[in-house]
Formats: sequence, C-alpha cells, structure tokens
Amino acid sequence: MQRVYLDNNATTPVLPEVFDAMRPYFGERFGNASSIHHHGQETRAAVEDARESVAELLGCSASEVVFTSGGTESDNLAIAGWVAAGEHVITSSIEHHAVLHACKHLEKIGCEVSVLPVDGRGLIDPDDVRGALRPSTKLISLMMANNETGVVQPVEEIGKIAAEAQILFHTDAVQAAAKVPIDVRRIGCDALSISGHKIHAPQGVGALYVKKGTRIEPLFHGGRHERSRRAGTENVPGIVGLGKAAQVAKVSMDRGDDKKMAAMRDRLERGIFAHVDEAGVNGQGAPRVPNTTNIHFDHIEGESLVIALDLKGLAVSTGAACSSGAIEPSHVLIAMGLRSERARASIRFSLGKQSKDADIDFAIALVPEAVARLRELSPKYKSPVKAVS
Amino acid sequence: MSGGVDSSTVAAMLRAEGNNVVGLTMQLWNQRRLSGREGMPEAVHGRCCSLDDVYDARRVAQQIGIPYYVVNHEERFERDVVRPFVEEYLSGRTPIPCSLCNNHLKFDQLLIVAQQIGAEHVATGHYARVSYDEARRRWLLKRPADLSKDQTYFLFGLTQEQLSRTLFPLGDMTKPHVRSLAQRYGLAIAEKPDSQEICFVPGGNYKQFIDAYLAEQGEKLPDTAGELVTTDGDVIGEHTGIHNFTVGQRKRLGVATGSPLYVIQISGANKQVIVGGDEHLYSRTLRARRTNLILVDKLDDPMHVKVKIRHRHEPAPAVIGRSGEDEILVTFDEPQRAITPGQAAVFYDGDIVVGGGWII
Repeated sequence: MQRVYLDNNATTPVLPEVFDAMRPYFGERFGNASSIHHHGQETRAAVEDARESVAELLGCSASEVVFTSGGTESDNLAIAGWVAAGEHVITSSIEHHAVLHACKHLEKIGCEVSVLPVDGRGLIDPDDVRGALRPSTKLISLMMANNETGVVQPVEEIGKIAAEAQILFHTDAVQAAAKVPIDVRRIGCDALSISGHKIHAPQGVGALYVKKGTRIEPLFHGGRHERSRRAGTENVPGIVGLGKAAQVAKVSMDRGDDKKMAAMRDRLERGIFAHVDEAGVNGQGAPRVPNTTNIHFDHIEGESLVIALDLKGLAVSTGAACSSGAIEPSHVLIAMGLRSERARASIRFSLGKQSKDADIDFAIALVPEAVARLRELSPKYKSPVKAVS
Repeated sequence: MSGGVDSSTVAAMLRAEGNNVVGLTMQLWNQRRLSGREGMPEAVHGRCCSLDDVYDARRVAQQIGIPYYVVNHEERFERDVVRPFVEEYLSGRTPIPCSLCNNHLKFDQLLIVAQQIGAEHVATGHYARVSYDEARRRWLLKRPADLSKDQTYFLFGLTQEQLSRTLFPLGDMTKPHVRSLAQRYGLAIAEKPDSQEICFVPGGNYKQFIDAYLAEQGEKLPDTAGELVTTDGDVIGEHTGIHNFTVGQRKRLGVATGSPLYVIQISGANKQVIVGGDEHLYSRTLRARRTNLILVDKLDDPMHVKVKIRHRHEPAPAVIGRSGEDEILVTFDEPQRAITPGQAAVFYDGDIVVGGGWII
C-alpha cells in the first residue's frame, strides 16, 4: 500500500544526513563525553559542535544551550526550575500538556497559575498578559507556535512585557523551531524549548535555551553535566543528530524553503476546499508556521476520519498523539471557541522536509471522498446501519 | 477485541483465512473513575477496558499483523448502560447491562464505526450463531455448539440489520477448542482467564458501585428505605434501600421464623420489599415489553416456545402471545421460580432465538 505521512507535528523522520552524522557515534566513537581519555575527548567535541549548531539556530551562545531528553523535559525544567512555592505563573489555555501539567504540579506545591484565554484565531492578547501580572508573578510561559493549529504567538511583544515587569519568560518553541526563524534576543525570552524529533533529529533529545546569568534549579540531580543544569551522561548520538538537524534547518530557512513549504500547505488547503464544503481552517486569520493546517469537516467524527484515511495509507491526526482513545476534544480548539462537535470534527495535516508534491496530490484525492462517505453515514448515534442482503 | 481469549482468537482465525481484518477496541469505561471511593478497589488489573486489556488486545493485533485502533465511547456507555443500570436497581428491578451494551454499543456504535472506516462486517468472540434463512428471508440468531458458553440470552435485542453485518466465528466451537486454537496461533493471551462479572463492577459488588457512582456524580442515594412486608401484608421489619434486594434472594431476618423467607417482590412505588416462603416465588406468567423479534417479523398468533428468564436457567416450555402494543404475555407450562422484573425473557424454538423482551 502506498503510504503518505502528513503528521510531522507528531514526529518527523530522521533525515539521511542527520543519520549519517550520528552513525559513527554508535560504534567507533562511543566514549562518555565526560571521560578524560581520547574516547571522551572525541565525543565531547561532537557534543560541543552540536551545541554550537543549536545556538546558531536559536541566536544565542553555546553556553546558553542545555541538552535534555526532549521538549517535555525542557518545558518541565524551565517551569519547575524557576518557580517556588507562593509564586505566580502566567500561561495560556492552548499550551502543550507538558507545560499545562507542569504548571498544575506547581499549584500542588503552593503556586498560583493564571491560564489566559485565546481568541477565535488562537491568539493571545498581550493586554491580557499585562492584566494578569501580580507582584508575586515570577514566570510567563507562552508557546511560540501551537502544535495543533500551527498558530504563532506575538512572542516579541510578550518578551517586552516580561522585561518591563522584570519577570522570566519561557517559550515552548518545539513546533516553531526549524519552521520559522528564531532569535532569542529579539524575542527577549529567558528560556526556550526545542525538541529533536520535531525537526528531523531522533526521538529522545531536545534542548533548553537558558539566558546567561539565570540560575535554574535542575530536575535531575547527579553529575555536573550541562553546567550543573542537567545531570546524566550525554546522549551523544542523539545530540549529534540534533546538532546536524539544527544546521540543516538553518541553511534551509536561509534558503527560503519555508516559503516552498507554505506553498505546498496552501495547495493542500485549496485542493481540499475545492471538493468539500462545510469545512474550514481552525486558526484562519492568525499567522501560522508554514507546515500545518488544522481543518474542521462539519458533521463527521474526526476519529473515524483519521482511521478511514489510515486504512487507505494517509497518516494524519486529530491533534495531540494519543492511542488510548482520549475522550475530550482538543483543549486547544475548545479554547479557541469551537463547539465540541466541530472540535471533534477537526483533523491536523502537518508537512515535513521530506513531503513532496505527490503527497499533497494523494491527500487531495483521498480526503474529500472519505469525508463525503462519512457524511453519508451521519448523524452519529442513530443507527444508519444498512442491511446487507 | 477485548484483550480476551475469545475475541483474540476470532481476529487470528479471520486473518489466517485471508480476510482484510482491522482490530478495534472500544474504550467504554474508565476503571479509575471510582477506584478508592466508597470502598471500591484501588488498582483494577485485568478488567475489561483497563490499560492492561487494551495492551493485550494491541499486542495480539501486532502479533497477527492487523491494524489496530482504540475508539472511545465512554459517554455513550455511561448514558446507555451505566446510568440505566443504576436507575433500574434504584427502581427495584434487576438489570442486565450486558444486553444493553450489546444493543447500544457492540452492535450499534461499533457497527457505525465499522461502516465509517469501510468495513462490511463486525466479528466478535460471542458464542452464538448467525445465518440467513432463505425460506423465511430472515437473519437468524441461534444457540452455539457450546451451550455452557451460550450468550444468545444477551443478544435477543439484535435487529435484522445488525445481524446481517455480524459474524460469530466461535459459534460452532467449544471453549476448550478456542483456547487450544489460541495456543496454536501462539497468542500471548491463550492462558488468560475469562472475565465473568459485569465489566464495570470489579469484584461484583454492585451496591458498592452504585454508592460510589452516585457519590462521584454528586448525587444523593435516593432514600428508598421502607418496610419489609409479608405476602399477607403484615409489616415484619424495615430495610435500608430497595436496591439491596433482588427477587429470589433469601432474606435472613435474625429471628427464627421456622421456614426461610425469600424476596418475592420489590415495590419501587411504596418502597416495600415483600418476603414470603419459597412457594410464593413461583409464577406461571410474565409480561415482557420493549420486545424484539428475530425469527419472525410479528407475533400474530400464539407460539409454543421455550423461555429463559435469566442467563443461568434451563429454557422452560411456554406459550407466548401478544398482549399489547409492545407486550408479550408468556404462559409457562410449569410455574417458574423467581421471575425477576428487569431481567430479560428470551424465547427459543429449539436452538433458534425467536426473540425476547424485558420482564416488567
């Protein structure tokens, strides 16, 4: 069966050049990067090269990059690492669960959390951020781009507000990295999370930018790795992969590949809407990363559409990846004001560097037909089961 | 696919025959919702819908090489099975959630999902048989080869449309044979014990479940405390709630009364539990409503059949006839013990399921 993958916001395939860069570090160059002998020096060099590549992608210096096991750890490190009991955190209703649950955990230990709403386009209002500030506010955590809709927040404005109020600003840039340019100085953030497996590096590695001079409480206690910010023997192959992916991403964006990506995504939207009515983009009118489109198809069950498309070879999703049959519709779409039925009738398509025009053609051929079929079988919960003779 | 031996073997069998098979588990009840409340057990291992069971089902699907999905229908299950379960008990009747689950979830919602994803049939691990009768031009439901596992009692509500899209591959097999087949296929769950109880009531203590569920919903347990009355109308004591009783239950009063007393009738209206001697438990008639007919399209003339009044009951000879718009009167040849409102009366002609209804 031909398989087309349009779920890159869930994870991405490791690019061949990234895998090639990693390969020596499984076999010949295997040393513990902290060992003083030759083998350690070798891998230490590779880790530091990777660190510089990540720093280049983010516009910071190498010493400000902390390697972690991924976006979730980076988010947790930023949130738990700075906030103590009695302090106040501002976040938004559309954050990834890593941020939301890390903040929930803070509430358990005596912190207060303000969860700011978004408008119908999925955008935060900077005035709401100002309005939520208190004397006890320590941290704002606001994502740069949303994983479900691709909507990009006005992070530079938020950075200014945080600077004026002299509070820390963390941004989860997991879905923004390698898709839109990032410059932590311009943004004015004190911390920024990225994840390897969203940018064509392997799963199990990520990074957190921590502004120089900011003390952060580590999550993992042990050795003094990462300047005592994250204990644990470095995942050298993973880090090398992350570094290479960051390099590839920088070159690619400088070359304008993101515009080509946006054109492909736009063509997918046009192709679908030409053949399906009562459908629309969630987040219409907001700036978005170039690879994502979240579309509602009214009067169907999104879960059934995803399964039907998967059985035909097209991989997409209904939002955050979860294979245990989550019951609630996307908290992001609900926060944007979508009715529950429409939220449940929404599908996310997300392109990757490996996506081709043929993939878009495949999706355009399959999706309208699948939606039409499901609509024939609506409404839900009535028994439209037709007898087979 | 429930993660149990029966449905796993069905999946493996159909795949081995070369069919295009997709495995689906319906997530119907979150076992952790009530754990710890009102004495409910904490960790719930190996109960249907537990993460363990989804894990088992998924591993079987991976082993036999079929796509596998979990679809969530907790809301519908709560609305169409759990709520009615609680309300029936609180009204003095003894419910059968498994039949409701079959009617609303397994053979309705699941069939809808199947159609949506492009499947023509749904196959389950039920011990039952379905076939098309050319002469009658009807889909028939029949008892399976292994009568000790017969689940047709719970399937009386199936419509022609539903039956036309259903496969019961285990209908001609015995349970030991199914297990040995599972072993032959090398399925990890071949030794897994069968689950015998109501899937959402771990441990079987339905009273505890009702208490915990109402507490979780923020609802008060309705006060159905009332009088214990004999069949002559004499008040002989009090009870703390009608849902604690079921017809046929032996009632110990703590006072020697000579012969044992049984629950004869539960009156939701005046909250009375009527007790009496064994002889009062017998009755020759029952009325069934919300009936469903499978073998025939309608019941114009009385029919001689055998009737089951609960799952564990030997079908008893009776005459059934229409006694109302949607009501069937069952008249047994011999009086039957403990006919219980809320249970189903299922009619058989040999091994063919004629139909059934809910005992009022």
